[in-house]
Amino acid sequence: MSETVAIALTINGERHRLRVEPRLSLADCLRHHMRLTGSHIGCEMGACGACLVLQDGRVIHGCLALAVQADGTTIQTIEGLSESGAIADLQAAFHERNALQCGFCTPGMLMSAHELLAQNPNPTREAIRDALSGNYCRCTGYEAIVDAIETTASRRARGAA
Amino acid sequence: MNPPLSPVDRPNSYIGKALPRPNAKRLLAGRGRFTDDIHAPRMLHVAFARSPHAHARITSIDVESARTAPGVRFVATGADLAKICTPWVGTLLHFKGMKSPPQYPLALERVMWVGHPVVAILADTRAEAEDAAERVDISYEALIAVVDIDSARAPDAAPLHEGFKDNIAFTTTIESGDVANAFAGAAALVEAELTFGRHTPVTLEPRTILADFEPAERALTVHHSTQTPYQFQDIFARHFSLDEARVRVIAGDVGGSFGMKLHVYPEDMATVALSILAERPVKYVADRGESFLNDIHLRDHRVRAQLAVASDGAFLGLRVEDDTAIGAYSAYPRTSAVEGNQVVRLMGAPYRIVNYRADLHVMFQNKTQTSQYRGVGHPIACAATERLVDLAAQALDIDPFEIRRRNYVTADMYPHTTASGYRFERLSLEECLTKLHALMDYPSLRAEQSALRARGVHRGLGLATYVEITNPSPAFYGVGGAHISAQDGCVLKVTPSGEIQCAISVTEQGQGTETIIGQIVADVMGVDRERVRVSTGDTETTPHGGATWACRGAGIGGETALQAARKLRANVLTLAAAILQTDVAEIDISEGRLVDRATGAARMSLGELAALVYFRSDTLPPDVKADLTVAHHFAPKGFPFAFTNGIHASYVEVDVETGFIKLLKHWVVEDCGRVINPLLVNEQIRGGVVQGLGAALFEECLYDEQGQLLNGSLADYLVPMACEMPDIVIGHVETPTLDTELGAKGCGEAGTSAASGAALNAVNDALLTFKAQISRIPMTPQRLLQALGVV
Repeated sequence: MSETVAIALTINGERHRLRVEPRLSLADCLRHHMRLTGSHIGCEMGACGACLVLQDGRVIHGCLALAVQADGTTIQTIEGLSESGAIADLQAAFHERNALQCGFCTPGMLMSAHELLAQNPNPTREAIRDALSGNYCRCTGYEAIVDAIETTASRRARGAA
Repeated sequence: MNPPLSPVDRPNSYIGKALPRPNAKRLLAGRGRFTDDIHAPRMLHVAFARSPHAHARITSIDVESARTAPGVRFVATGADLAKICTPWVGTLLHFKGMKSPPQYPLALERVMWVGHPVVAILADTRAEAEDAAERVDISYEALIAVVDIDSARAPDAAPLHEGFKDNIAFTTTIESGDVANAFAGAAALVEAELTFGRHTPVTLEPRTILADFEPAERALTVHHSTQTPYQFQDIFARHFSLDEARVRVIAGDVGGSFGMKLHVYPEDMATVALSILAERPVKYVADRGESFLNDIHLRDHRVRAQLAVASDGAFLGLRVEDDTAIGAYSAYPRTSAVEGNQVVRLMGAPYRIVNYRADLHVMFQNKTQTSQYRGVGHPIACAATERLVDLAAQALDIDPFEIRRRNYVTADMYPHTTASGYRFERLSLEECLTKLHALMDYPSLRAEQSALRARGVHRGLGLATYVEITNPSPAFYGVGGAHISAQDGCVLKVTPSGEIQCAISVTEQGQGTETIIGQIVADVMGVDRERVRVSTGDTETTPHGGATWACRGAGIGGETALQAARKLRANVLTLAAAILQTDVAEIDISEGRLVDRATGAARMSLGELAALVYFRSDTLPPDVKADLTVAHHFAPKGFPFAFTNGIHASYVEVDVETGFIKLLKHWVVEDCGRVINPLLVNEQIRGGVVQGLGAALFEECLYDEQGQLLNGSLADYLVPMACEMPDIVIGHVETPTLDTELGAKGCGEAGTSAASGAALNAVNDALLTFKAQISRIPMTPQRLLQALGVV
């Protein structure tokens, strides 16, 4: 196979230098090279949303990005968001409402929810459902996820008031 | 003075409470441990060279170029793997006359579906294995593919399998009463021909297996994304001639299964075979394209049915023909005949129908195997029955609620045996119907529908009653010779600090099995549920059992845990009585302490008792039995199945210009017996409903005439998305089964069983003004416009 390429990036606040094949996807790099297995691979074509991560603060599909494209960028995965406490309230609301079953889609769901609430702190249920249209969940039927995000938004609004 | 505590208010009362899942926090933090998250030392990755033909003879295989490709460590053909793996046959003895040919890990002389694996490549990375698979040169002589139901059943169709005279895998006929006479005396006859598209489960985590063979001990450890580790322990041991005790199957976190991950797949057997031959750990992860081509598919039924009705709306007789095509082989070990068998046994089941005739034909074709997925036959039987019920209501101008009420099996009829021989202990059909009517405010919805119709907005309401098979006894598989357990086992241990470890054979795929088992054990033991640790999914550390399928986790697993906890509680109380020199009847356990039953005064903690047992046995009274570990096994007796029931309603809006259907709302009133955790039951129902609505509107595996799958990706195959799904309102009626002390039945399939039938009736209700009908699911915009005669 082709020669490897040196890249340097920040993942969950830690600087990493590694050599990767040019064809390696960011999702495979995170999962199998960095052993950050919280991001999942469900379709490898940007449809299901299980692989969503933050790149320089924006949600991207880890399966559609190459690791070499992440050179010089800052990546946050579910592990990083979780440990920083940035989505602790979302996670708590998901837990209370049982807004997950198998948990495979959940890290991606939390990424979308996190971005939605950053952009629109007070979304309607319709807006929440719309924002989740790139996240497939086969277990829950979505309603509990919508409820949990709605609850988090209203708790944040009350907390900020 | 305070009144005595009621059973639900007492400390550690957990059965019946809406409680979140302790094991969900790990998944929320991205710390799940799915099978692909596991890396074994020296692990190799497998990729397969697969058939591009639906049916072809293999004329040559050249693997030399693949063998020398970078990173490749091992290459195997079908002949190589067949030497160490005995073939499997997907038949069951109680399906009389059923046939299916032997199957092997990789194709031998012929390929039978697009995607059939032919050559396996082991390499250091999956990418290298896939590169090498491209270099495998296989020559084929294409053969005529049998693709659809009619060509499989055509009198001149060439049999797919050598030695078989036709393509029929199984047929059965059920006859009860006098159907001809019933039809002769009918005031009205209604009929329907309904087509149910072939679809596939699409678990978000694809099938994944990591096999690790240790040659020195001839021991096999398999990390496997499956519902049924015990079943696979048996299968791997038998088909690879290994000692069963040295085969360990571990199902860690499983990213969805819904029935899909309990069947034997060629790739699973190939992965195990390759680990044995290469003497290294081997991992296989299906990519999404492989999943679409090779995961089980389901449904693909055509049902023709007629209902004879008296002038007062009474159902006089029912005739059913179900034709289904199951792929090239019947699935192993549960077969591909169960779905059809359940269709013909469940048709008309909620109603007082004595005169019944059903004919089932199960056919081979050149596609991947179909088999059990959530609902197994129920959605087909439900939709076909309920469509006929609505047609009868229209023919006689009776309201859909009323015609159901007039024909239900009534409260005075239990225990009741259906025309097909199913026995109901007790259902709550009438209560559920009444509750749904109020829950959805039916009269005002009808008024709204009528008002909007005048303004050119076409809405429809549809009902669907279901009965569901849960808590299966050995009548399901065991009697047919399958090594599939209908019993479960539970081991409970008090740790030295007074906590409880529970190892049980029912498994977790996110539905909350471990949570409800923990609730039951903590409730019986009188301890905080955080002090109970439940472990599942490992054949080496948990007792043998059936695991999780056919809605048996709560009903059978729950009862197993309940009885195990009673046993452990009795042992603890006996020990405590001896230590405290009192009578067993004088003491109780509450909040982890032994207390005086009369006053509630604490006598000692469970931890103090356990510490005495484990560390100071010299201080115990001489004859006391210090058994702080108990095992209990439970198998259902009494009724062969615990039937549940309920009813769905769907409210839709149809755009008659575009053919788009908008789901406005969905209601379910269900009765799964005693509810252990209403939060989890509701979410099982909701998730199930959405899978049923997916079948109703979106999901279908589309093939061309050559048997090529046309939409095998998640961009082309439509699954329900958040923005398309309605809110789902749920009500409960509780009719506990008296076959167990717990009284729980299953709830996992109730949502899927009736959602598509309710949506089908709702859309047809919206189409009534146009005198149009749709009788095929999924109800795509194109099919809807065809039904309306627009295209």
